[in-house]
Amino acid sequence: MKNIIFLLLTIFSIQGIAQERYISKNGHIQFFSEAPLENIEANNHNVASILDLSKNEVAISLFIKDFKFDRSLMEEHFNENYLESDKFPKAVFAGTIKAKEVFELSKDGSYPVTIDGKLTLHGVAKEIHTTGTIDVIKNQLIAKTKFKISIKDYNIEVPTLVIKNIAEVVDVTVELPFTIQNN
Amino acid sequence: MKKETLILVVIFFASFSVTAQDDLLSTLENDVADERTTFAEATFKGSRIINGHSIITRKKKSMEFLISHRFGKVNSGAYNFFGLDNANVRFALEYGLTDRLTMGIGRNSFEKTYDAFGKFGFLRQQSGALNIPVSITWLSSIAMKTIKPPDEPQVVKTPFSEAVYSHVLLISRKFSPALSLQVMPALIHRNQVVAGNENDQFAIGAGGRVKLSKRVSLNAEYYHQLNPSANNTTENSIAIGVDIETGGHVFQLHLTNSQSMIEKGFITETEGNFFKGDIHFGFNITRVFN
Repeated sequence: MKNIIFLLLTIFSIQGIAQERYISKNGHIQFFSEAPLENIEANNHNVASILDLSKNEVAISLFIKDFKFDRSLMEEHFNENYLESDKFPKAVFAGTIKAKEVFELSKDGSYPVTIDGKLTLHGVAKEIHTTGTIDVIKNQLIAKTKFKISIKDYNIEVPTLVIKNIAEVVDVTVELPFTIQNN
Repeated sequence: MKKETLILVVIFFASFSVTAQDDLLSTLENDVADERTTFAEATFKGSRIINGHSIITRKKKSMEFLISHRFGKVNSGAYNFFGLDNANVRFALEYGLTDRLTMGIGRNSFEKTYDAFGKFGFLRQQSGALNIPVSITWLSSIAMKTIKPPDEPQVVKTPFSEAVYSHVLLISRKFSPALSLQVMPALIHRNQVVAGNENDQFAIGAGGRVKLSKRVSLNAEYYHQLNPSANNTTENSIAIGVDIETGGHVFQLHLTNSQSMIEKGFITETEGNFFKGDIHFGFNITRVFN
């Protein structure tokens, strides 16, 4: 009898977590650098993230090597000289989400949110404060945000010779699709 | 009975505290901690260590333009401006057909030699699901000199009698971001040789680089001939240099006892004695276009 109660309790507690947590492994993050000589874009389509609506928390993790460039040599330099992906293979973000309204997952809608958290990139952790939206579309939750990071803040050095090729402030665009499981 | 209840309560709270403590990020990290294959990228900065090839092949659809110079001997004195009056130049174009297969053509002013090569990277150093400690690239080239001999020798010539084939196996390991080493067994085959000389000559080379900073590395390279030709004495090729990388360019500056910039030349026809000062200053400049 006791065992049954225990079992039930455990199952309930696990389910309680599972229903509020959404995991995505195919999020998209883009870097965009606009500089006098050229614009550079890099895309990572293997972004892993987790969204917890019970605690209003979000966490994102990605591999630097998954950023793809149009030019292979840029990708090599990005990994070797700038982000040093051998030393710092991952970038991670952990933060909280605030929304004015309560999410209703049963119908489509768009919810503006503010996001506060810490981005760790190139071994440096910095606070990020930004706004975004969480859209409910059919059986998906799509979290979107856009913010700027100054590459100096993350100890990424740009040699003077290519200073006109690489922007000091880079636009970061994030799009994370989460599937809502229907029970 | 009481004991059982206690255990139950403890277990229940224990499970509760676990879920409360674990932060979201570590949950995520645990969830996606699948074994990833990581390839050793950028083992060398350039497609050459100094004279000879590195395992690096050009990425698909990228084109490399390579200009190489080897000046005269440094010990030729102030009259020849320490060798700078006398320059050999090689122009080459190299193109990546796939990420692993590169084809190239070149032209040397030294003996007016044309060369062409194919390079295939068939093994990549990687760790993760599969652990492969080395990268291996196969290089084959053909070189033909077109210089007219001063006095036509009394030998029968066919269109390919001047052809020299070089086959080199490039085996490298990137030990750390700063240190990469390579060994390269080589075979040089001449279609036509003077009586007494071998058609096939074997050599083994070793080379490597140590990064001094993110964009500068120190390189060295040596090729040891295993059966040098008996008729004319040749030296083993020695070279030391630096690589300087700036955006799409790589500048390689070096000192070497070899004047030729292609395999058959520097491996089997090096004449200078490095330690007696028969050193040529030289450089390779590469520009990669996408």
